[in-house]
Amino acid sequence: MRADYRRAARGAACLFMLGAAAALGQGSAVDEIAKYRAALQDGNPAELWEARGEDLWKQKRGPNNASLESCDLGLGPGVVKGAYAQLPKYFADADRVMDLETRIVRCMVTLQGYTEADARKGPFGGPDRKADMEAYVAYVTSQSRGIRMNVALSHPKEQEAYRLGEKMFYFRGGTHDFACATCHAEDAKRIRLQDLPNLTQKEGAQKAYTTWPAYRVSQGELRTFQWRLNDCFRQQRFPELVFASDASIALTTFLARNANGAAFDAPAIKR
Amino acid sequence: MADPMKIRASGVGDSTEVKVLMSHEMETGQRKDAQGNTIPAWHIQNVTATWNGKTVLSAQWGPAVSKNPFLAFKFKGGAKGDKVEITWTDNRGDKRTDVAVIA
Repeated sequence: MRADYRRAARGAACLFMLGAAAALGQGSAVDEIAKYRAALQDGNPAELWEARGEDLWKQKRGPNNASLESCDLGLGPGVVKGAYAQLPKYFADADRVMDLETRIVRCMVTLQGYTEADARKGPFGGPDRKADMEAYVAYVTSQSRGIRMNVALSHPKEQEAYRLGEKMFYFRGGTHDFACATCHAEDAKRIRLQDLPNLTQKEGAQKAYTTWPAYRVSQGELRTFQWRLNDCFRQQRFPELVFASDASIALTTFLARNANGAAFDAPAIKR
Repeated sequence: MADPMKIRASGVGDSTEVKVLMSHEMETGQRKDAQGNTIPAWHIQNVTATWNGKTVLSAQWGPAVSKNPFLAFKFKGGAKGDKVEITWTDNRGDKRTDVAVIA
């Protein structure tokens, strides 16, 4: 896993990399990173995940030999277009607030007959294996591109999740006495050369949430917003954020709601 | 079996612009795994593009090309509806061919 990160310098377009390296000497590094992203946008390998996800979505799989095509993502069974822009939301059939991944797990259980444990297994891919979940998420999120974020918070449980998420965002803990807010509540902070978004401001929250999932060039993988949260927890030296847990959904609800009004623009590409 | 490529081909004036995304690990053979063992090289070696059966691009690739490579090129000719066929072969002998129609 670690070694994979070291291939950071090898971009999706190797020829362009030469140009980027030469240009890094001039101007601010931030501008150059923006240029680098713009140049890579054209051939974003995230499209490979979208295509694989769409194919898997329509395939008959699992013990029930069923596809996920009739999965209800909140806009009715079978509606994928625009579904991600209004998640997380409360689902009466499960009597809980669910984010996209949790809902897909539920559909894999109810429609395809997987066990809950099997459906939750290995949500993030690595050098040795590709994760189906990341492909599903790439496909579903791609169907919300250009649609404005609209997390309703109309149900009391949704409001409860939002409040819990907000609390988590500001909660300091762990060996380093860190909170999400330690890095993400001030303007113009950065970690090495990466700008850190100020998630307490509308603009920062919108820009951050609407550009995940993204193909991470440094990892050669498509990473989801769920992965971003898990990695932030790792960086804070927090206990691992349990996939599809109430805590994970609550934090996602908080951050998704704060992005309301912005046009969704992912799967994107990031360094 | 390798995942399909994503190919876009569009006419620009009297030429055709082709953009291809390939799904491949492109392992260099230089890296080591967690146990310190060398991860064997595994990368695309040959890429060919044909238009109406005529080769318009032929390339030999090595380990310096990135994972999930993106290839863009132009060739003279090509009309709407014509087919562009891309084939890659890797050093394990795995092969993948996909076809796109010029838009």
